[in-house]
Amino acid sequence: MIVGATWLMPVLSPRLMHIPDGFLSLVTAGMGWALSILVLAYAVARTNRQLGERQVPLMGVMGAFIFAAQMLNFPVAGGTSGHLIGGALAAILLGPWAGMLVMTSVVAIQALLFQDGGLVALGANILNMAVITCLVGYSTWIWLQRIIGDGAWKKMAGVFLAGWVSVFVASLACALQLSISGSSPLKIALPVIGGIYALIGIGEGLISVATMAFVTATRRDLAESRPRAKLGE
Amino acid sequence: MRNKTWWIAGLIIALALTIVSPLASRLPDGLERVAEDQGFMHLAWDSFYEIVPGYVPRGLHSQALANIVAGMIGVLIVFGLSFGVGYVLRVRRSDGETGQP
Repeated sequence: MIVGATWLMPVLSPRLMHIPDGFLSLVTAGMGWALSILVLAYAVARTNRQLGERQVPLMGVMGAFIFAAQMLNFPVAGGTSGHLIGGALAAILLGPWAGMLVMTSVVAIQALLFQDGGLVALGANILNMAVITCLVGYSTWIWLQRIIGDGAWKKMAGVFLAGWVSVFVASLACALQLSISGSSPLKIALPVIGGIYALIGIGEGLISVATMAFVTATRRDLAESRPRAKLGE
Repeated sequence: MRNKTWWIAGLIIALALTIVSPLASRLPDGLERVAEDQGFMHLAWDSFYEIVPGYVPRGLHSQALANIVAGMIGVLIVFGLSFGVGYVLRVRRSDGETGQP
């Protein structure tokens, strides 16, 4: 099916939101590439101006951790599984622009080396899992900090919600792309995909909070550094 | 904890996570479930090529071991790539450190 050999089927499936080739029309996939390349070019420029020396190894560690965590599917309701995407987490710790580049590394290696997510669809997958999760997760995080404040528990509530919202919005983008491509009508894709990812988002939020708690406990400076890469600045 | 100790520990944690990857749920994930239920799974094409399809390197007969090996290879490559991107783009000025007094 996705990758020939049927005896490997249990692990050969397209995984969480990793769109395989064929699900998207060439026009939709092309739009995914165009949008991703535009935003990534801007992310490179911003990171080039703002990334501190000390954040370089953090980028490597975040990439490594998110790649590993994405292999760990957890069961959610209805015989479905999900796993961390990690975009909100990367954006909170590194800022949205460096975070986006880390997420792009993860998603690109998954597609190029492990055939997880299509090559034609890679632009759309980067758009959903790197660009949208980082921008939405980071905006939610900043917005919540302004509204509810940044005490220890409030901060963790913010991390949880940023994770949840990032996954939910990315899944809606995925549903939209599938429907534009004619694979699944929007009135079905949107509620079905949104519904599943509303559940998976809870796992995203919890894992993001656990990771943030670990970073805060071991390296408060990294958890609290305000990356200057704020949106719209 | 010093910066270098911390990121080496972080990398080790990521590598260690791959050891439990064979225990991960094999249930279809969100998108796959929808594609099956809505009947558009057949639209998926075969891959153009295969290097390590499905996180199972060729020649490894134990699927659990194969997952772990694939995971560790992936972790190291992604670490190198994202570290490399950061290294190339970093601000080299001494005052370029963010979050530093």
